[in-house]
Amino acid sequence: MNRKRRQNALGRAEHRTRNGARAAILEAVRRARPRAAPLPLVAGVQDTAGDAELVARFMASAQAASATVRMVEAGSVEAAVREAFPGAASIASATPAWSFEQANPADEASALARLDVLVCPGAFGVAENGAVWLAESGMGSRAAPFLAQHLVLALDRSAIVPDMHAACDRLKTFGEGYGAFVAGPSKTADIEQTLVIGAHGPRSLTVLLT
Amino acid sequence: MNDGARLAAADRSARVRHADRAARFVADAGQTDWHDAVLWRIRGKRDAAAGRVEGWERLRALASEIKEHTLSRLDEYLAAFEEAATANGAQVHWAADADAHNRIVRDVLRARGVRRVVKSKSMLTEECGLNPYLEARGFEVVDTDLGERIVQLREEPPSHLVAPAIHVRKEEIAALFHEKLGTPADADDPRLLAAAMREDLRARFLAADAAITGVNFAVASTGALVLVTNEGNADLGAHLAPAHIACMGIEKLIPKPEHLGVFLRLLARSATGQPLSVYTSYFCRPPPGRELHIVLVDNGRSRRLAQPDFRAALKCIRCGACLNTCPVYRRSGGHSYGATPSGPIGAILAPGMDMKRYASLPFASSLCGSCSDVCPVKIDIHAQLHRWRQVAAREGYVAWPKRWGMRVAGWIVRSPRRYRLAGRLARAWLRHAPRRLRYGSWNAWGRARELPRVPDRSFGEWYAAERGKK
Amino acid sequence: MKVGLFAPCYIDQFYPQAAVATLELLERLGCDVAYPRGQTCCGQPMANAGCAPAAEAAHRHVAACFEGFDYVVGPSGSCVLHLREHVEGAPDARYYELCQFLVEVLQVERLDAAFACRVGLHASCHGLRGLRLARASERQEPPFDYVAYLLDMVDGVERVPLDRPDECCGFGGMFAIEEEAVSVRMGADRLADHLRQRVEVITGTDMSCLMHLEGLIRRRNLPLRVLHVAEILNGSGEARNG
Repeated sequence: MNRKRRQNALGRAEHRTRNGARAAILEAVRRARPRAAPLPLVAGVQDTAGDAELVARFMASAQAASATVRMVEAGSVEAAVREAFPGAASIASATPAWSFEQANPADEASALARLDVLVCPGAFGVAENGAVWLAESGMGSRAAPFLAQHLVLALDRSAIVPDMHAACDRLKTFGEGYGAFVAGPSKTADIEQTLVIGAHGPRSLTVLLT
Repeated sequence: MNDGARLAAADRSARVRHADRAARFVADAGQTDWHDAVLWRIRGKRDAAAGRVEGWERLRALASEIKEHTLSRLDEYLAAFEEAATANGAQVHWAADADAHNRIVRDVLRARGVRRVVKSKSMLTEECGLNPYLEARGFEVVDTDLGERIVQLREEPPSHLVAPAIHVRKEEIAALFHEKLGTPADADDPRLLAAAMREDLRARFLAADAAITGVNFAVASTGALVLVTNEGNADLGAHLAPAHIACMGIEKLIPKPEHLGVFLRLLARSATGQPLSVYTSYFCRPPPGRELHIVLVDNGRSRRLAQPDFRAALKCIRCGACLNTCPVYRRSGGHSYGATPSGPIGAILAPGMDMKRYASLPFASSLCGSCSDVCPVKIDIHAQLHRWRQVAAREGYVAWPKRWGMRVAGWIVRSPRRYRLAGRLARAWLRHAPRRLRYGSWNAWGRARELPRVPDRSFGEWYAAERGKK
Repeated sequence: MKVGLFAPCYIDQFYPQAAVATLELLERLGCDVAYPRGQTCCGQPMANAGCAPAAEAAHRHVAACFEGFDYVVGPSGSCVLHLREHVEGAPDARYYELCQFLVEVLQVERLDAAFACRVGLHASCHGLRGLRLARASERQEPPFDYVAYLLDMVDGVERVPLDRPDECCGFGGMFAIEEEAVSVRMGADRLADHLRQRVEVITGTDMSCLMHLEGLIRRRNLPLRVLHVAEILNGSGEARNG
């Protein structure tokens, strides 16, 4: 048997054992199954808070997560960003709605890592924890919101849901390849439980409520 | 090599004697003070965060029921997840045990010619010993969670599920980073140390050929993976490297996206007291041109599922709340358990993996029950500890003097006459024996504690004398 | 109402005054109390050591001793929990820890007792989380505390809040011996909390925890004493208060 044929044979054997593993695991699990337990109904907390109340709760939660929250007019996102980061050499965004540099998936990661500010549109916010849902289409590239030194999320103040039940309900119809809840700037407390902002990702998070 | 590393390496195969390791930890009173206080503070944050959620206890019950349902149909959910994930463009692999898991990861890396791997926190890969396996085969594996990186550089296992380097003081980290990263010798400001690691790891993220991550939740209906971090390291790794390998135990499944909300409300609050971790990432499809591999690992889980007494441990979402609340863990440190994870959850998981090695862990508890009360998925941890003790004794892992002592005690208390005689003898001995005999080296109680002062009469004797005529 | 007095072995042998106080208190509250003389040990030490089969005879013996009683009441949350939870077969709901019996069954609203002292209440874990004598601090539900409720009926008791209201003392049965170092450290930490609050007397539902704490107190000559809660509720604590 020549080397190539032997490798093919080995590959097939490997494939068989892996399929074998799949069947064996599923069979072991099936045999071990406990008596059927019903799936409980997840009903979100009935929250009758009005929009203003949700905005106030969202702001408090986001600030507690070390984010900066500002109320701005819908048309003045660019001005608010430039005012917040007067010394920024590079500000980018993945949406043509704003007049920043355009970030796109083809951008070199090393260039993104040098980016001072990335501005993204948030899809919705969550009042109970200050998180903003960010869909891939608003990021430029998946790595961009993690590589940029500072992250700004613009969020329509009417797009705030009360809690994670409502938030995850929206994921049922999410059709993109990737998305993330972002609650505050990247942080760590791994050294003696001392909070340090700016662990690997952005050093700050600003949420602009339009 | 430092103490922890020596400890870890020396008895990877020997029996873990928790009491001895704990005694070494507690001998450093200052370190114990600090360790206890800092973890108690996290529990306080957890209490406060849980208190702000209306219906917290109901939420725990809901999470528990969802997990129990999922486990009762796990084979169906696994098949559904595989189908959905495959349709999303991921490659799903199945591993019966740790060894198979490690080989699968190795093969994926080899097939892509990978050399440099960045890895975010994954208890499963710790369980499987993936790092040493890959390193022995020439791969460079860099842990990217700050705490994980610290313990990796110290060549020791993590001591806590959520805060892997909680046992390390900042002065030690300063010395470590001075040596490894060239920070100034006396710089121990956590901000400066974290900034140095940020610079070091950014370069590694950008240069990595593959990223390995764990998985917090896998959604069966959508094939999505959910990863939770505060640092953003899992995302940086997964998004920058050409290949992403996600390793998960088969118990990580939940049925649908709406169930995610229940667990996400509980997870960070239980772990750190945050209402949500900074990043909760939802991976559905790999980006064009990239690979996503998902390794589904059994490694004893199906066996545990078949054990009614112990299967509830599979509900665990790795929040670490039971460690923070455990009065023993806080005063003995994670390394005293010799297992990953450590703490109460480790003490009910480890004996199921290797009873011979971990037979002492179910006894490393006062059975105070706080672990079961904080558990966000209502695992009956302390009851399982009690049950594991029975298994340990049944399988011969309880030392013979104790086993026989208990048999003799059982024999004595079967008979009121024998019991009364033993009581009188014990009291007479405690009263009359010379102190050096009573407090001989055999008497562990008396090392730091006085024995009780004994009364003239037992209650039984008092009752017979005072009330007997009635 | 026929009540069987359950006096766990270590109380019988080492702390008879706790059983005497329990007996007197129940009688004063109108119960018809009897002490079956043949009782020995509930079997908890064996079961907690992993040797449950060695406890089976004890379980049968306890059951035989208390046949025919409406309730079985003992001054030990831990032993009562063992009899309720770890005995094979149907759990026997007649077994009550003293304070739970006073609050839930007798529904006591006042006590004729006095004890002028700064008292620290040690919430023993098995009573707290096993029998739910109080709301454990980690649980998110309305606070309640049977033992504190009863203590507050005693004239002169100044109940002192602790920094950690319900941390384990580290007794844990065989744990106190097998994990001696950690056990002692846990006990010392518990005592430090009471000392910080200038507590004079530590009380609780379980003499076993108090035995462990007392052992440390006496070895270290600390300005603290321990008393079983039955003695304070019965008013017999005052007599020993000197």
